[in-house]
Amino acid sequence: MRGNPKTPGLLFGVTLVVSIFMLAPIGLSVMAGLVNNYSAGIKSGLTLRWFMQVLDGYGNTISWSLLLGLLCVLGTLLIGVPCAYALARSKSRIARLFEELLTLPVAVPGLATALALILTYGHMRDFRQSFAFILVGHMVFTLPFMVRTVSSAFHRNDLLAMEEAARTLGASFTQRLLGVLVPAVLPAIVAGSLMVFTLSVGEFNLTWMLHTPLTRTLPVGLADSYASMRIEIGSAYTLVFLVVILPVLWGLQAIGKLIEKHYGT
Amino acid sequence: MELERTRINIADCAKTYADGTLALHPTTLQVEPGEVLALLGPSGCGKTTLLRIIAGLETPDAGSRISFGDTDVTALPVEQRGIGMVFQHYALFPHMTVAANIGYGLKIRGIADAERARVVGDLVDVVRLNGLEHKRPAELSGGQRQRVALARAVAVRPKVLLLDEPLTALDAKLKESLRDELAEMLRRLHITAVYVTHDQQEALAIADRLAVMHAGRIVQVGDGETLYRSPSHPFVATFLGRVNRIERSDKQCADNTLDIGGLTLSCPAVWSNQKTLLVRPEDIEVSSFGADWGQAVVIHRSFLGDRVHLTLNTGHQIQLRADVGRDHTAQLGETVGIRIRPECLMPSHEPI
Repeated sequence: MRGNPKTPGLLFGVTLVVSIFMLAPIGLSVMAGLVNNYSAGIKSGLTLRWFMQVLDGYGNTISWSLLLGLLCVLGTLLIGVPCAYALARSKSRIARLFEELLTLPVAVPGLATALALILTYGHMRDFRQSFAFILVGHMVFTLPFMVRTVSSAFHRNDLLAMEEAARTLGASFTQRLLGVLVPAVLPAIVAGSLMVFTLSVGEFNLTWMLHTPLTRTLPVGLADSYASMRIEIGSAYTLVFLVVILPVLWGLQAIGKLIEKHYGT
Repeated sequence: MELERTRINIADCAKTYADGTLALHPTTLQVEPGEVLALLGPSGCGKTTLLRIIAGLETPDAGSRISFGDTDVTALPVEQRGIGMVFQHYALFPHMTVAANIGYGLKIRGIADAERARVVGDLVDVVRLNGLEHKRPAELSGGQRQRVALARAVAVRPKVLLLDEPLTALDAKLKESLRDELAEMLRRLHITAVYVTHDQQEALAIADRLAVMHAGRIVQVGDGETLYRSPSHPFVATFLGRVNRIERSDKQCADNTLDIGGLTLSCPAVWSNQKTLLVRPEDIEVSSFGADWGQAVVIHRSFLGDRVHLTLNTGHQIQLRADVGRDHTAQLGETVGIRIRPECLMPSHEPI
């Protein structure tokens, strides 16, 4: 592109258009949640009425979503990290097959997974009607992301040597796992946790099938408000999502970066 | 820091892999208390397998026996063998400081903080890492990492120290200086050590004795000088330093002589069946041609700084490589006299 003075201007123009195209829906949606009347537009005046109404009606979905996300991270850590270690160290073909199987919930539509869960556990009423049921669904869906990320870190050759070094120094399996291996793959664990949290908070497909009127997450509530109430309330809900969830995600990401910097080799 | 000195007894140790390959033929070897023994050989010769069997990281075939002193350790897992090991790429724990790395084995053993700090402090002095205690491995140079690995391995007062090509990860210049430093530290610790390497210079510089390995077997054990001067196996001769191969005609075999450039040398009687004899480049004397000297033409000359490397043509398509002193006068194309002392000749097959 040498010698073409128009190029930078053209590039800037294209970038601008694409950015506007992508940001405009978000901006419009946020605006719609802040005006008195969507069809009248901004002339109808700004208000926080819809925003408050969302907090009143759906406020608990925010905390449940965040809590579910955290529990989901905890659960996938407890199951996923040992599982990733076992898969990385096993040379058997069954282990490879299992790894493939594990990713199935990502490929299979969430609805199908949810249906399978309902068919299997639907008769256990208390479980079916609690948030634990949704938590299980989220864990089934997010586990492969944790296992894959951490397992590839466990595969590194220097980790094999590190583990052997710890063994020669007399460390038992638990001591090696907690004292040497987990800290050494911590950046991968943090990355996996962030991914699991993000996926859990935004998950709609599966949750929509699994939820009951008393167990609703933020995305389910959003769908509900769009379907059954004024467009302004739905839009205000989007605003709530942006205001509450995004800062949490950014905060977690910053913590992740910090840990990575501290433990990175 | 005085360490225990233990004899290692390896008896009929063999290793067959799951696919049937015999990585190590039944091997018997003894390492004396306080001795540094090098397992030397090319890659794939079984030296690392033997080291890992001693460590307990590999399980030998049934019938193998290993003991440290009077204790039979064959059935003991690596965690309980009381060994210290230095790995090829050090395998330091990246998230721990130098002090925490060195103290890891002590922490595992539940040694009190104060005692641990004292031992770590002592070792930091021994391996000269003062001032770096709170750095992480990533902030250290290759040589410093290697010293941390050594200190970590000996901190637990192991019965034996095992080193798996500990200098491989370093560049050539640094390798040479660290080689001598490591040799000196091993002497100072006075611990029974087994040192795996493929570098004969390194083995000669560091070890008291060398066990040269080839294709899953130990072919000869001895001190470096004996192995170099009188190898009992042609592989030892070729692996420790360079050699010329000189073919003999049937007549020379029958007479048990060797003809080079018109000079006839008589050979020991036991060599009559040797078609090929070996001689080291530095054992070929090169001077001006005269009586009692063979004749050769210099067809290549390269100046290597500390010595001059000559390629000599002795007729009959026989080319010899000779190493002569830096100030030697032989020039390219010149006709020179050559001579080999018969005792410098080596057989190329195992004597039958």
